[in-house]
Amino acid sequence: MTRLAVRKTYKLFVGGAFPRSESGRSYAVYDAEGAFLANAALASRKDARDAVVAARKAFGGWSGRTAHNRGQILYRIAEMLEGRRSQFVDEVAAGEGLDRDRAQGVVDESIDRWVWYAGWADKVAQVVGASNPVAGPYFDFSVPEPTGVVAVVAPQDSSLLGLVSVVAPVIVTGNTCVVLASERHPLPAITLAEVLATSDLPGGVINILTGNAAEVAPWLASHMDVNALDLTGVDDQAQAADLERAAADNLKRVTRPPVRRPDWTADPGLDRLTAYLETKTVWHPIGI
Amino acid sequence: MKPRLCPLDHEPGKALRATPYTVPVSTTAAPAGSQIAEITSSDASLRRFLAGLPGVDQVGAEARVATLATRSIKTSAKAFALDLAIRMIDLTTLEGQDTPGKVRALCAKAAHPDPADPTCPPVAAICVYPDLVPVAKDALTGSPVHLASVATAFPSGRSSLDVKVRETADAVAAGADEIDMVIDRGAFLAGGYSEVFEEIVAIKRACVSPSGGPNAHLKVILETGELVTYDNVRRASWLAMLAGADFIKTSTGKVSPAATLPVTLVMLEAVRDFREATGRQVGVKPAGGIRTAKDAIRYLVLVNETAGEDWLDPDWFRFGASSLLNDLLMQRTKLRTGRYAGPDYFTLD
Repeated sequence: MTRLAVRKTYKLFVGGAFPRSESGRSYAVYDAEGAFLANAALASRKDARDAVVAARKAFGGWSGRTAHNRGQILYRIAEMLEGRRSQFVDEVAAGEGLDRDRAQGVVDESIDRWVWYAGWADKVAQVVGASNPVAGPYFDFSVPEPTGVVAVVAPQDSSLLGLVSVVAPVIVTGNTCVVLASERHPLPAITLAEVLATSDLPGGVINILTGNAAEVAPWLASHMDVNALDLTGVDDQAQAADLERAAADNLKRVTRPPVRRPDWTADPGLDRLTAYLETKTVWHPIGI
Repeated sequence: MKPRLCPLDHEPGKALRATPYTVPVSTTAAPAGSQIAEITSSDASLRRFLAGLPGVDQVGAEARVATLATRSIKTSAKAFALDLAIRMIDLTTLEGQDTPGKVRALCAKAAHPDPADPTCPPVAAICVYPDLVPVAKDALTGSPVHLASVATAFPSGRSSLDVKVRETADAVAAGADEIDMVIDRGAFLAGGYSEVFEEIVAIKRACVSPSGGPNAHLKVILETGELVTYDNVRRASWLAMLAGADFIKTSTGKVSPAATLPVTLVMLEAVRDFREATGRQVGVKPAGGIRTAKDAIRYLVLVNETAGEDWLDPDWFRFGASSLLNDLLMQRTKLRTGRYAGPDYFTLD
């Protein structure tokens, strides 16, 4: 007996909930061979607006948690990723056209990447913070603080490893984010949203929008309540320049798109962690 | 009726109304103007009249506001609605922790809500506790912003009539040109309609300006969250209007639920029917819980559909709010600049 296929229509992930796009739109997602996989929500500018509101609301609580606690929550997410491993393998294999072994390797690498960033939660301050020698009776120290709400355009081709590699460093230091997932391969991002919803991550820390980055990104770039912009997934240089110009209005920190296609399996280094940090320096009188 | 200014040729206020507003959910069996004196002549006749008001169709009222809340207000109509909503705000601070400094800051904001944009209109009024009226009066010198003060043992209204009258007179003498009084909900719920009536009349008398200037406008707070039923809201609205209220106001903002759309609908119907019956127009002020521009526009649609365009004016409709103003300013900035605004660029208050 043949079973009736369940044709899924996935939704967005905003503020810990799964709303449909405000516009009511969706689009079909195909695998590497062009066969139908599922429908995904096509986010509009108003979804982006709602996501920024959710991210801003979550920022105070998330950045106020202890670094240890943030690290524990990220480890917990890694556990949940592990639990969904075969689903991720299927989705990465179908979407990116990899064979099962390579897809498995990508998923393993993604989980390891997440764990690696989780470990940085309570270590980054030791590495990039400092106690500064000053010529006066002051104890002077600098500590890294999160920038705020970061809008991320996730890589278009590497739908899971690339996504994890841009999202984890943003949130581990206490930022919250709005992510525009890969337009052609959104399914791993949607499954990641399901992982996040069932982990201990507070709603609104990661908000995932699926759809056309060229349509939504300009609204995030010009949004006055967004503090930083990661353009890693923007392939068109002219468009990236426009977005960077729009971001200048409120002096957002901007990460430019990579010149060459990045090798996501390489050692990521600390650049992405430190890109969305502000340095707070305190002068504390001593010897009185 | 004084003519209203319309900032654009095609009168975008009309866009708030897509269907004629002559279809009421319910009408009140309105008394003729000559009957008013007779109704208020005795406790028994007042009681008979209020008890005789038709009941409110609760499901109908809620369905009606739900329908109206879905109306889409865009572009020039939205710009018109946002500016109108700003002009209708009674910018309110009613906290135990209010300081003269905070009141002065709020007064500055009332006169120039968006310092970055000189075309932004001022709000209608500032609303403070009576002891801060002199501070606000001083800070508002030379601005068109009115000065409202709560009085009569706000928010509970639990005090003797003498104290309430004295408090009102004090606020008026200090320079308040609008008084927000609370009714005695305990008396109302116990059926002491004439007691409530007499109290409003007494406060109205205390609103007479001692310097011979124009009398203070009297807004009567019904505290609908404590009246429980829409029928009570309708009765209290009529009672306040019969006693001489210039405005009827939903709530103090200290009780939950505060202003809701159905309650405001019932009150708008009451003022509409009251003007039809007596020729006197009374204003409406929802207060408390209105925080977003979207909410405010829903109220404006409701006003236009229920009472009509005559009420779409700061003289006849007000919002009692504090955080609403920032959201209106952000929406206004979004319309002007084409990009979403952030709260970092507006005052914290």
